[in-house]
Amino acid sequence: MVLGFTYLFIPVAYTFAFSFNNGGKSNLVWKGFTLGNWQNPCGAPDVCVALGNSIRVGLISTVAATFLGTLIAFALGRHQFKGRSTTNTLIFLPMATPEVVLGASLLAMFLNLGINPGFWPVVIAHVMFCISFVVVTVKARIASLDPRLEQAAMDLYANEFETFRKVTLPLVAPGIAGAALLAFSLSFDDFIITNFNSGTLTTFPKFVYVASARGIPPQANVIGSAMFFLALFIVIAGQLVSRRKAR
Amino acid sequence: MAFLHTAGSKVSSLKEKKSLLPYLLLAPGIIWLFTFFVLPIANLARTSTQTPTANGDTGSYEQTYRFANYIDAFLDNKEQFSRSFIYAFLATILALAIAYPLAYGIAFKSGKYKNLLLVLVVAPFFTSFLLRTIAWKQILGEEGPVIALLRGVHIIGDNTSLTASAFAVVTGMTYNFLPFMTLPLYASLERIDPRTMEAAGDLYANAFTTFRKVTLPLSMPGVVAGTLLTFIPAAGDYVNAAILGNPNTKMLGNVIESRFFKIVDYPTAAALSFTLMAAILILVTVYIRKAGTEELV
Repeated sequence: MVLGFTYLFIPVAYTFAFSFNNGGKSNLVWKGFTLGNWQNPCGAPDVCVALGNSIRVGLISTVAATFLGTLIAFALGRHQFKGRSTTNTLIFLPMATPEVVLGASLLAMFLNLGINPGFWPVVIAHVMFCISFVVVTVKARIASLDPRLEQAAMDLYANEFETFRKVTLPLVAPGIAGAALLAFSLSFDDFIITNFNSGTLTTFPKFVYVASARGIPPQANVIGSAMFFLALFIVIAGQLVSRRKAR
Repeated sequence: MAFLHTAGSKVSSLKEKKSLLPYLLLAPGIIWLFTFFVLPIANLARTSTQTPTANGDTGSYEQTYRFANYIDAFLDNKEQFSRSFIYAFLATILALAIAYPLAYGIAFKSGKYKNLLLVLVVAPFFTSFLLRTIAWKQILGEEGPVIALLRGVHIIGDNTSLTASAFAVVTGMTYNFLPFMTLPLYASLERIDPRTMEAAGDLYANAFTTFRKVTLPLSMPGVVAGTLLTFIPAAGDYVNAAILGNPNTKMLGNVIESRFFKIVDYPTAAALSFTLMAAILILVTVYIRKAGTEELV
């Protein structure tokens, strides 16, 4: 277990350590300690433009995918209908398709339709591959709910809409929040599908990939590490809040 | 009685209204998936049998239903094809070997730190995976600490490198997909009632027999889900091969990428994508049948 965690965290620690490297433009060899990169994270050319694009793509895709995916999860988790197994297959297939195929097929279709790759094609692609993960996450949460809670609300003369708003939705909310966090991190970290559909748009992973040929500026390490701590903070804060609520 | 009666009729009228509701809930998301997943894949299938237009520009193709494209594409890239599956297979096995003890430890031995450890498994995700892969490149690289150590104690010779090799590519893939393996394993291990293991012990099974006959079979759904979640993206991956590999470790993903962007040979790229997807789906189906777990998602 200790070995496993060490293995997981070696590159993270390395990335963090080298964010303090006084390395200038390339960050290959340790050249001395500096706080300069953290004080000026946008110091390297284009790194913050790329970061801004990634955040914009991530936020829009997360909202859209979480909304669409949650609706599907409710349909699957709370209703009987014809075409259920077809729906399940359609949700499963994008997750079982390699990213190269997803990216390449979307790009081919956009090109055929005369749509240039760029910001919106990337958003469309991200929404597409995030939906399935949202459905799976939210559906698991819905399945773990005790149906008697909703029945109790109905017994207390809540109509269907009130029951949903006051009972079901608050209970499913942590699952939806988790799904949104997952969708954002998938979108933010995606390289392969983005690379196919982005054209001249630079996202953060694309920036890192392109820069890796000639040396990555330490500012990229600063941003990577900052994202790590921010995400850790959000997750732990979320757990504390839900624990306090449970009390 | 009157109350019961109205309540009953209320429920039945709700049910009638409900019959349309699931379709309304499904429609937006399903239309999205259909338009931006199913249609592109169908379009890709169409592209895969096209041939270059006579005296056309590079990158312009016409539909001739030339299914031999598939044979050509496969024969030209046999090596990359088998390499993709071998690397993905090795990475899956290695990830399973590392993730199982990890998940087992978190599920049964971590006490009140369980949630914290679980967060830590996912946490590396949030540092861009490209940065982590490049970090591996530098750690294992010529100027990194590992190679100096290994050369210092003469485990490897001065001319042997760790990066730009199949070893580095497989290590990188194992690393990148480790959380995908760990989480489903944990989910299925956590569900096991520890009393089943105690019962095995009471029946004079030693630790190894208990594991083999009780814990492992009960955790099979996690093993199946984890290996699939690792194998599928690993087989289609090209980033690890691009960053950690050399020209002789190219995988199918690299070929598809370069056919698309550098050579604008869309039909071959499409045929390769399709072959890769079909091969994965066949393997997955056979595997799920053998492993005997239908309920995965």
